[in-house]
Amino acid sequence: MSEAVASKQTGRQIKKDNPALQLAGKIALYIVLTGVALFTLIPFVWMISSSLKLDREVFAYPMKWIPETFRWENYMLIWQKVPLLTYFKNTAFIAIVVTFLQTLTSSFAAYAFAKLNFKGRDVLFLAYIATIAVPWQAYMLPQFIMMRSMGLYDTLWAMVVLQAFSAFGVFLMRQFYQGVPTELCEAARIDGLSEYGIWARIMLPLSKAAIATLVIFTFVGTWNDYMGPMIYLTRDVNKTIQVGLRRFIQENSSDYHLIMAASLCSLLPVSVVFLCLQKYFIEGIATSGLKG
Amino acid sequence: MAQTAAKKAGRPMSRLERKNTLIAYSFLAPNFLGFAIFTLIPVVFSVLLSFVKWNGGPISQMEWVGLDNYASIFKIEKVIEKFSEGEFFYFFERVDLGIALKNTIFYTLVTVPLTLICAIALAMALNKAVKGAVAFRTIFFFPYVASMVAICVCWNFMLMKDGPVNQFIQLLGIPFNKSWTADSTMAIWAIVLVSVWRNMGYYMVIYLAALQGVPRELYEAATVDGANKWQQFTNITIPQLQPTTFFASIMMIISCFKIFDVVAIMTEGGPGRATKMLVYYIYDVAFAQNKYGTASAISMVLLVIVLVITIIQFRSEKKFAND
Repeated sequence: MSEAVASKQTGRQIKKDNPALQLAGKIALYIVLTGVALFTLIPFVWMISSSLKLDREVFAYPMKWIPETFRWENYMLIWQKVPLLTYFKNTAFIAIVVTFLQTLTSSFAAYAFAKLNFKGRDVLFLAYIATIAVPWQAYMLPQFIMMRSMGLYDTLWAMVVLQAFSAFGVFLMRQFYQGVPTELCEAARIDGLSEYGIWARIMLPLSKAAIATLVIFTFVGTWNDYMGPMIYLTRDVNKTIQVGLRRFIQENSSDYHLIMAASLCSLLPVSVVFLCLQKYFIEGIATSGLKG
Repeated sequence: MAQTAAKKAGRPMSRLERKNTLIAYSFLAPNFLGFAIFTLIPVVFSVLLSFVKWNGGPISQMEWVGLDNYASIFKIEKVIEKFSEGEFFYFFERVDLGIALKNTIFYTLVTVPLTLICAIALAMALNKAVKGAVAFRTIFFFPYVASMVAICVCWNFMLMKDGPVNQFIQLLGIPFNKSWTADSTMAIWAIVLVSVWRNMGYYMVIYLAALQGVPRELYEAATVDGANKWQQFTNITIPQLQPTTFFASIMMIISCFKIFDVVAIMTEGGPGRATKMLVYYIYDVAFAQNKYGTASAISMVLLVIVLVITIIQFRSEKKFAND
């Protein structure tokens, strides 16, 4: 608020100096912003437009942004040609279970790291931190060999255990819990609350914002994950929407209109989550991104 | 608090301490068990695996080969031989690892500055009292949450021979009518384009937050001193944003070195080896050729690069904290 007022004031000062230049600057600003917004949105517009055409219309010259006839039946056709429903179910299962486990276990562990004293705390936390710096691609191979020997290859549970216990979640939650005054926990202890009680009745309710951030990032990250499912999931019944869509593209590479329709469907769930909760996305990046 | 626990650690624990430790472990256990089994152990084994020869068959076929995997990915003998013959760049021109490194570094060096410039420009524009700032922010950020397969295949189509991008640049008078991803010089630029397009909104959000932290008084003082907008930008905004720029660059360099999705979906490393990047190379050797030891050795190259960048970041973090 105060910034907006401040910038309006400086704006007014300059306006007195040169109103024409100020107006020109404002118009240029909107032109640039609209231009970049168009650049950002054009692939999505093209996707929608192509998904409503015939395959041979997609690359017609000169191209038409608005199809001559809207072929809504494309959207009926893809559900028959691609087992989209199976893919959606698999992806939703993985994303929901991972998000739930990740949030629960990280906030649990983060409480111990932030508010409890015990032997080996600093060493353990260092192990967590150190693995954040190690790229997953550097140890995906031994992980893969281990999972295969455990019989988890080509199962949805492989994707769950792969992503449910990341060090990042613990780190994020611990950062937040450290900001909660320790006196609050002390007071609760004196009042006779157990540590589990403090976690459930004080820490959890206080950390709604941090949990929201962790939940959406985990959910979107898992939903959009490509490399993990590509390595682990081979049978069609187990595929997620990302690898399933990719398989469909490889097998029907000239069904442009259907590929675009299926792609659009794959975008919808995450888009809805994003548009509803974007406040938490932006705040989450602004705080955790800056702290590194 | 931590110190008192450490001081007491030498003596046997009292009952209360033991109880507290047990409680703490019970909080940690669910996450730590999963973390130890699925992350910590594989991290340790990844180093060992790079010293063996193994095609993924029975463990008994695993064979300790020492540094052979490293010698073979760097093609050391051949590189030295060619070097003595005067072919100094044989490693980056002919050896798979060298080509993957060259492509990855080129991609990183182009993508990072382009993304940062776009991100700063957008953040500066939105930081003004613009009508519809929230709507613009949402639009710019949206590609970041959109899934890779959908957006990459869409860009692939748009960059095809008769696609809208080529139709547009032909309108501008540039006679280019090849499919970008099939052209050995343009393919990597297609990957850069998609990366910048996707990530600029994310870094814009980081810069928007950082701009809120720049003290208004600095601009007011500069205005009184008669500095124009551009001078204010170069003398106040840029220096004030320096820590953010540094951390954003580090984060982005690391993520550029780990690029996989765009390559796997758009070009599969081709045409030829034109867009072969480090992680795609690891994937190819590991899961297409089943050479687990060799793939692990390449992973170690990635690991070393990322760790060096992280150490640079840690050092500088201290420097920024002391300033």
